[in-house]
Amino acid sequence: MPKILAVDDSVSMRNMVSFTLRGAGHEVHEAPDGNAALAAARQERFDLVLADVNMPGMDGISLTRELRALPAFAGVPILILTTESDVDKKKEGKAAGATGWLVKPFDPDQLLATVARVAG
Amino acid sequence: MSQSQQPARVLQQLTFTLAGEEYGIDILSVREIRAWSRVTRIPQTPEWVLGVLNLRGAIVPVMDLRLRFGMTREGYGPDTVAVVVAVGERLFGIIADSVADVFDAREDQIKPVPDLGAVVDTRFLKGLVGDGERMILLLDVERLVRPEEAEALDALLAPVDVQAVA
Amino acid sequence: MSTVDLRQFHQTFFEESLEGLDAMEQALLALENGAGDSELVHTIFRAAHSIKGGAATFGFSDLAAFTHVLESLLDELRGGRRAADAETIELLLQSVDCMRGMLARSRDGGAVADAASESLRERFAAMLGKPVAGSAAGEAGPGLSADGWRIRFRPLPHLLRTGNDPLRIFRELAGHGALVVKQVQPLQQPRPAFAELDPTAAALGWELELHGDIPRSRVEGAFEWVDGDCELDIQLLRDRRAPRPSPDTAAPAAVREPAAHEAGSIRVSIAKVDALINMVGELVITQSMLGDIGEHFSVDRLARLREGLAQLDRTTRELQESVMRIRMLPIGAVFNRFPRMVRDLEHRLGKRVKLELRGESTEVDKTVLEKIGDPLVHLVRNAVDHGLETPAERVAAGKPEVGTLRMDARHEGGNVVVEVVDDGAGLRRGPIIAKAMQRGLVRADQRLDDQELAELIFQPGFSTNAEATDVSGRGVGMDVVRRNVNDLGGSVSVRSREGGGCTFTIVLPLTLAIIEGLVTAVGAERYIVPLIAVVESLQVPAQGVRHVAGGGELFHFRDGWLPLVRLHAVFGCSDAVTAIEQGIVIVVEAGARRVGVLVDSLVGQHQTVIKSLESHYRRVEGISGATIASDGSVALIVDIGGIVRLAGRRKAA
Repeated sequence: MPKILAVDDSVSMRNMVSFTLRGAGHEVHEAPDGNAALAAARQERFDLVLADVNMPGMDGISLTRELRALPAFAGVPILILTTESDVDKKKEGKAAGATGWLVKPFDPDQLLATVARVAG
Repeated sequence: MSQSQQPARVLQQLTFTLAGEEYGIDILSVREIRAWSRVTRIPQTPEWVLGVLNLRGAIVPVMDLRLRFGMTREGYGPDTVAVVVAVGERLFGIIADSVADVFDAREDQIKPVPDLGAVVDTRFLKGLVGDGERMILLLDVERLVRPEEAEALDALLAPVDVQAVA
Repeated sequence: MSTVDLRQFHQTFFEESLEGLDAMEQALLALENGAGDSELVHTIFRAAHSIKGGAATFGFSDLAAFTHVLESLLDELRGGRRAADAETIELLLQSVDCMRGMLARSRDGGAVADAASESLRERFAAMLGKPVAGSAAGEAGPGLSADGWRIRFRPLPHLLRTGNDPLRIFRELAGHGALVVKQVQPLQQPRPAFAELDPTAAALGWELELHGDIPRSRVEGAFEWVDGDCELDIQLLRDRRAPRPSPDTAAPAAVREPAAHEAGSIRVSIAKVDALINMVGELVITQSMLGDIGEHFSVDRLARLREGLAQLDRTTRELQESVMRIRMLPIGAVFNRFPRMVRDLEHRLGKRVKLELRGESTEVDKTVLEKIGDPLVHLVRNAVDHGLETPAERVAAGKPEVGTLRMDARHEGGNVVVEVVDDGAGLRRGPIIAKAMQRGLVRADQRLDDQELAELIFQPGFSTNAEATDVSGRGVGMDVVRRNVNDLGGSVSVRSREGGGCTFTIVLPLTLAIIEGLVTAVGAERYIVPLIAVVESLQVPAQGVRHVAGGGELFHFRDGWLPLVRLHAVFGCSDAVTAIEQGIVIVVEAGARRVGVLVDSLVGQHQTVIKSLESHYRRVEGISGATIASDGSVALIVDIGGIVRLAGRRKAA
């Protein structure tokens, strides 16, 4: 099963994401912000990264840029979690190298469907 | 209130009545006067310890002087009060029928307690004062709680001893 | 629909949202005080944004709608399109309060929006120049459908490096209808030699047909993420242009069960957990060592046994301390509410106050943290209301116009010391003595030193303020502060310099002796049984009891018989249940013994701060201490070992 890195500063969102994904059999690693995620990504490979856009310290866009600069993450799908009001963030995320996005609010089924789209 | 210098020390007494007698407690040891309220009974204690009450977070025992003096309690009325008294660091409440007033007892006018027979237990008195019409029995509050005389003495003393040794 | 119950995440959401609101409030106050840090605006935005995301995800739509409008406003602030002026900040502070209320109501499962939140939301919307909409209406898709689509898709070379894969896009399309690959072309002409192919660059373009009644948005959706990373042309295969009813009919909102109140939780730092794990590790080692001694015991190993027991004793104590330390939280969580409060007080009282907070990271017990707030609020209100003078008075007294209020927390020995210090007028001797005389607390010829004077303000109902103010109110005085602090086993004192200000000092124990207690009723009395000793509670039928020689009683429990202790008999309670089948038997463990304790009924379960009976009375057999119940009365805590001994003695007697 794919190994997923879930990055979100909101504990409740992170819990929801990882609980749902683990329930579907994925291996999930969690990080509370971009810096922690980057540190994890330098240690091991992931098959998919889910990163919240708005985070203190290093946000999801910067994280995407940094990850893409790592050779091991050149082609790894990175999805940014954003809200429907953040139209610009989708473009920014894409420009930084994100694969796609997942629009908040999403429910567990939408999450699983989107993850299946890139890591199925 | 006169500004004159007193020749003898005046010991102010808070007076209260108990079974028709008037008693005085050194006002310096009185912490407060509370209206009667229900206390929590403590098992395994002499009957004159009515129980404990919550005095701003402190668990304070309340003693009924009528029972302490071997009289019977006729119930608690609206006038019944608890006089909270401090002896050293310890606080305890004394149930009185009602509080009267503050009496200035001149030290040189305090007389020793005569044998009052069965009416009052003189062990807990340190003297009496009177001005003709009134007779006030001065309570020795330290002796009331100091357990040498009492039945529960050793138990009462135990924590003090432990602290002294430790 | 979904197999994941989102309610399990609610508690975390509430907690982090409240934390986010605290951060937002502090940032707003800093902004108001002229800090021009753009990071502050980001912090505020992030807090609102997270709450919005969570609220929408976890189904709190009123809160989501509120934060949605708020976020738009904050976005303008963030983008510099709106100034953080006093009015905006005031409104935003109001919105913080409003959201706290909405969160509380979300937690309780009631209606979440109220008049205040609706009016604020409308105000924000008006500021944004937008109509108020409950929620953003979903974009109505065009009611067009088709027999199918022709898709020309030519990836740009970098498409693969974005993590997207044409294969997955095709798979998704195939999920919507029948997908036919019409043509595959190399992107580069002439086609590069195989050895020169870059495996990370896209090399092929496709022409596809997708057959079926599929909305165009679906097809476009599959390519949504590669917009800009490819050339894409989507053509209708045959156009029927027949309007269809929108498939999206709003599903009725599911009726939400009221959320059950969940027990409070604590976030614990990893370091504390690690310390615990270490300690448990030591305990395991000690246990195996003792086990080994027990297995092969001989007298010459007595010294080893003693050593092992001493080690067990030490480790257990350390473990207990570490567990108590889990309950320790920084006092900053309480201090944080004061900048806002002081600011509001300044506005209402026309005073100028500089609030200094120190030692916010000082850790105190969670219960202390929860209970110290009110006394501190009282002290701070008093300091601003009565202590600090108006700017004019201060200038007249030769003091700086702005008063200083300092809150300071620190550890001192085994205590936490919290100080509230102001540089105001100090206790005013004249009015205090006048009031005390009026109340008969002092006589005219009595000379009070500063300490005795200060003690007077802690007398019940003592207030020298001629006029009750709406800030400090009346009737509630320093005696309440002292009582609350005493309830926590602490003390409060004041030092004052007339004209120079007051220092209130609260001293609290670092950790509280706290037990989880089972509250039981025996007659009209309440006794608390430590939950840790409780094995089980059950009803025993009359025929489940045997009387044994010597007056003892046994009752049937699981596969055996246990001694029965009648609490009413041991403690001499009147009007208690005496028929065993009408009461409850609590099976408790004392040492290695199990006994059943008969009580009338179980009243509840409470976390209890243990207070000593010995500070003012003495040790009482069968009672391990006392606690203050919520109604202010005293409840006694049962010493299980003690009542077992007492019951034994009664039988013997």
